Amino acid sequence: MEAFEVLQLVLYFSALIACVPLLGGYMAKVFTGERTVLSVIFHPVENRIYRIAGVNPTEQQNWKTYTLALLIFNGLGFLVVFLLQLIQGILPLNPAELPNVDPPLAFNTATSFMTNTNWQSYAGETTLSYLTQMAGLAVQNFVSAATGIAVVIALIRGLTLRSGTTIGNFWVDMVRATLYILLPLALILAIMLVSQGVVQNFSDPVEATTLTGETQVLPQGPAASQIAIKQLGTNGGGFFNANSAHPYENPTPLSNFLQMFSILLIPAALTVTYGKMVGSARQGWVIFATMLCLLLLGLTVMLVSEYSTKPFSDSTVMMEGKETRFGITNSILWGAATTAASNGSVNAMHSSFSPLTGGIAMLNIMLGEVIFGGVGAGLYGMLIFVILTVFIAGLMVGRTPEYLGKKIEACEIKMAIISVLLPSAAILLFAAVAAVTDEGLSSRANAGPHGFSEILYAFTSAAGNNGSAFAGLNANTDFYNLLLGIAMWIGRFGVIVPALAIAGSMVSKKVTPPSPGTFPTDGPLFAGLLTAVILIVGALTFFPALALGPIVEHLLMNSGRVF
Amino acid sequence: MKQLYPAFAILALLTLLTGVIYPLTVTGIAQVVFPKKSDGSLIKEEGIVVGSSLIGQNMNNDPRYFWSRPSAVGYNPLPSGGSNLSSTSATLEEAVGQRTADFRTANQLAEGTDVPAEMVFASGSGLDPHISPEAARLQIDRVAEARNLPREQVADLVEDFVESPQLGFLGQPRVNVLLLNLALDELQ
Repeated sequence: MEAFEVLQLVLYFSALIACVPLLGGYMAKVFTGERTVLSVIFHPVENRIYRIAGVNPTEQQNWKTYTLALLIFNGLGFLVVFLLQLIQGILPLNPAELPNVDPPLAFNTATSFMTNTNWQSYAGETTLSYLTQMAGLAVQNFVSAATGIAVVIALIRGLTLRSGTTIGNFWVDMVRATLYILLPLALILAIMLVSQGVVQNFSDPVEATTLTGETQVLPQGPAASQIAIKQLGTNGGGFFNANSAHPYENPTPLSNFLQMFSILLIPAALTVTYGKMVGSARQGWVIFATMLCLLLLGLTVMLVSEYSTKPFSDSTVMMEGKETRFGITNSILWGAATTAASNGSVNAMHSSFSPLTGGIAMLNIMLGEVIFGGVGAGLYGMLIFVILTVFIAGLMVGRTPEYLGKKIEACEIKMAIISVLLPSAAILLFAAVAAVTDEGLSSRANAGPHGFSEILYAFTSAAGNNGSAFAGLNANTDFYNLLLGIAMWIGRFGVIVPALAIAGSMVSKKVTPPSPGTFPTDGPLFAGLLTAVILIVGALTFFPALALGPIVEHLLMNSGRVF
Repeated sequence: MKQLYPAFAILALLTLLTGVIYPLTVTGIAQVVFPKKSDGSLIKEEGIVVGSSLIGQNMNNDPRYFWSRPSAVGYNPLPSGGSNLSSTSATLEEAVGQRTADFRTANQLAEGTDVPAEMVFASGSGLDPHISPEAARLQIDRVAEARNLPREQVADLVEDFVESPQLGFLGQPRVNVLLLNLALDELQ
C-alpha cells in the first residue's frame, strides 16, 4: 500500500465523520415535524399527497396498524414490479426490444428490490427495459429505503415516547423519508455522477466500430439517476451486470469515492438522529463508535489478506475481478463498506477476492447487517442487539435490565431472539439444502471449497438483504430464484415485524429515573459489551459454515492446492 | 383494510415522483450541462462512432496497438462481467501462466520479467479501459517496431497519456488504452 492510498482511507472516514452530524440532525428535524430548509418546497407537495391519499397526517397508529400499513404497501410494491416484468415486452421505453421476464426470475427480482436486497439473478442490460428499471426498480430503491427509515423511527419512538400506545403514522414517515431525505440527496448525487461520465439518456444502444474493425454495442439508459439512489438507499442493484465495476456506472476514482461515501452516509447519520431523538447525543455516538470499530476491524483483515495473497507462482497481486482505475485498496474498501452496510453493489468481483477477504465480506453480512447496515435496517438491527446486551448485562449484575429508563422484559427478549434467529436459520438451512441437492450443486462455477462459499454467500446475501454475490454461481435457475426469494422475505420481515412489536411493547412502558443500579448505556464499557455480544452471536452461529468455505480454502491455497 | 386505498395512492404518487419526474429531471439537467458525458462519452471519427473513451476494446493481439487487459467477456458489453474465478481455481492458474508467457513472448521480455498483474488477470467489468503505466511501457518496443516509428516518439506519447491519480490521490495512475491507440493512429 502506498502513502496516497492510506490518505484515501483517512479522507474517506474523515468525510463520513464530518457529514454525519449535519445529516443526522436534519433527519431528526424531519421526523419530529420541525421546519427544515426544504420545507418551503416539500411541505405543499407533502400535504397534497396526504389529501389525495386520504391520509390524516396527525392521526397516530398503534404498532399493529403501523405494521399492517407497511406490509400492505410493500406487498403492493412487490406486485407492481412483478407484473411490470411479466409484460414489459408490450410496454413502451424498451428500445432494445427485450422480451417479457420469466415468472420465477420476475418473482426473485421483485422480491429483491422490494426487500432492499437488490440481489440480481439477471443482467440488467440484457433483461430489463428502461421502463421496468425506472418505474419498477428505481421506485422500490426509494421506498424500500424509506421503509427501513420508517421502521427505525417507529422503534425509536417506542423507546422514548411516554406511556402511549402509538408509534407514529407509517404514511407520514414513508412520504417524509422519500421527499425530504432520499429525493434531494439522490438528485445531487446523480448530477455529480453524470459529471464524471455516468450515462443518463433514453437513447438506443450505440453501435461502435472498434479500432480492429469489430462491432461493439454500447448499452445506454437512465443509469445515473438509478445509481444515485442505489447507493444512498443501500440498495445496490446495478443498472448494468458488472454493477459499479462497469465504467458507465462508475467511470472515475472520484465517482467511486462519491458512491462509497453514499453507501455509508445515511445509515451512519441515523445514529446521530437516534441520539437527538432520545435526547442524549452520547447514546447515538456509542452506537456509531461500535459500528465504526467493527467496520475497521473487518477492513483491516481484508486489506492485509488481499495484499499478502499471491496465489499463483507467476503473479504479483490478485487483480482478477478488479478494475485498474480503482486498484486493490479502493476495491477492498468498497467491499468492506458494501457488505457492512447491506448495500451489495460491487466495484470488484467478490468471488475473486482472496479467501479470507471474501470470508470477512460474508461475516459482515452474517453479523446481522448491523455494521451501519441498510438504511434504517442497520440501526433497528443494532438496537435489537442493544436490547440483548442490556438484558445480558442485567443478568450478570442481577438487576432488572432497563434501557433509556424503560424495563426490558420477556416480550422484548422473545422478539429480539426471533429477529436474530430467523435470518440465521434461513442462511444455514437453505445453504445446507443447496449443498446436498443436484439443483443446488450444479450452479457452482468454482470447484472445491470455493464452490461451497458461492452457495453460502448467496443465501447469506439474500437473508441479510445485501445483494452482493460470489457471482460465478448461476443463480438464474428456478431453484435459486425461488429459494433465495424466500430467504429475502424472511430476512426482511422476520426482523421488521419483531422490531415493530418491540416498539409497540416498549411504548406502553413507564419511564423510571435512573438509579445507582442502572447500567449506563452511553459509555465505552457498553460499546465493548455490545461489540462482544454481536461477535459472539455471529461467531457461534456461523463459524462451522465459514470453516468449510473460506477458512479451509485459505489453508489449502497456502499449501498450493488448486481445484 | 382501511389502509388499502392509501397504499395504492401513495405508491402511485411516489412512483410518479421517483420513477418518472426524478429520472426525467436528472436527464434534463444532465443533457444540458454534460451532454457528451450523459450520452456515453462517445468518440466519433468522420461521423462514425469508434467507441467510448470509458469502455475498453479488444485489440486482438494486433502488434501495432497497445493491448488491453484480458477480459472474461471479450470486451463485448452485452452483458458485462468478470470471470469470478477464485484464487484456488486451476482454470485461473493455467490462464495466468499462459498470459504471462504470451505477454513476455509478444513483447520480447526476458524470462522472469515481472508482468504487471492487470495484464494477466481479467477485470471485473470485462470492459476496463485502462492499464497501468508500467504495462504500457513494456509494450513500447513492440509497437514502435510494428509501426516503424522511433522508440522515443512512442515512449513520449505513452508518457503523455499517463493519468495521475485523480485530484492527486484518488485511484491509481493509469493509461487509457483506446485513447493512446487513437493518438498513435494520428501520428501516421
